[in-house]
Amino acid sequence: MSYQEVLNREFLETRWLILQLAAALDRLDRAGAPKEGDERIDQLRKALNVLNDHEAERAERVQLIFSREYDPNWRD
Amino acid sequence: MRYIDPHIHMVSRTTDDYRRMAKAGCVAISEPAFWAGFDRSSVDGFRDYFRHLTEFEAKRAATYGIQHFTWICINAKEAENVELAREVIKIIPEFLDNPSVLGIGEIGLNKNTPNEVTVFREQVELALEYDELILIHTPHLEDKYQGTRMILDILSEYPKINPERVCIDHVEEHTIKLALDAGYWVGMTLYPVSKCTPARAADMIERYGTERIMVNSAADWGPSDPLAVPEFILEMRRRGHKEEDIARVVYENPIKFFSGSRRWKPSPALSANLEV
Ligand SMILES: [Zn+2]
Repeated sequence: MSYQEVLNREFLETRWLILQLAAALDRLDRAGAPKEGDERIDQLRKALNVLNDHEAERAERVQLIFSREYDPNWRD
Repeated sequence: MRYIDPHIHMVSRTTDDYRRMAKAGCVAISEPAFWAGFDRSSVDGFRDYFRHLTEFEAKRAATYGIQHFTWICINAKEAENVELAREVIKIIPEFLDNPSVLGIGEIGLNKNTPNEVTVFREQVELALEYDELILIHTPHLEDKYQGTRMILDILSEYPKINPERVCIDHVEEHTIKLALDAGYWVGMTLYPVSKCTPARAADMIERYGTERIMVNSAADWGPSDPLAVPEFILEMRRRGHKEEDIARVVYENPIKFFSGSRRWKPSPALSANLEV
């Protein structure tokens, strides 16, 4: 599909997804200040930044933000 | 379109699901042994479960023209009791002559603990000893990346392993390339909230092609959709993908992978379509 076709197909759903996201963040705000040092808030912020950059593989990079670190020497 | 769901837990589903799946084009399924929602207390609990998989489910599926295949193992969630796990591993060979059994699975990791690693290794060794296909569960959510890397590390310790006889299941955007590059089959699981959606699965097909990739519902007793594979077919069609490419993913690829089992015997209905 061409860029225009994908945009036509995805625009309304993407708009809906962004609204869902905006409303969820508003909901969090209304619930008061975040608890000190809750790493999930940092993860959400980092992931939001990925959405707004212009690099490729956003889905993969967002997945990695929400992933525990892998240590190649895990056997030790 | 005819399709195969290569990973679905029918013991947790109703007969109405079989009916709806058959109407949607499902001609075969494979059901890995998994966690039943609570820990079993004895080796006999597992033996009964394996009999359920190998004796009862095949008959229930056949009523709707669906051929039922299965996989036998002790799953990662119940691997913390290593002593019981070893007793279960001892009885697995009793079931490896059953014609519906495709191999050992779904083994793997869940929280990536040392006990899980031990039980995973011992079942990989069992599969190698009996020359069985292997189906591997990768962890959920934040544990998936680490667990998948650990699983690939462990598999690489066994030079006897042929990657074409192993499927790394529940891959997502951050793990699919690792498994494909190492030569393994992969499964993408369409599962609400914790795994992949039909659209993201179609994205990964567009990104990585149709070779060595399967799509499954992994439907079980949790929130899940036994008709997830038809949802994927629809998404692919709406994007204008060719029917033959879709059929490769949802029909030919599972057959290609399953046919590595020495007991693989497709029903006449399945083999009649092999030339697709
Ligand atoms: Zn499963």
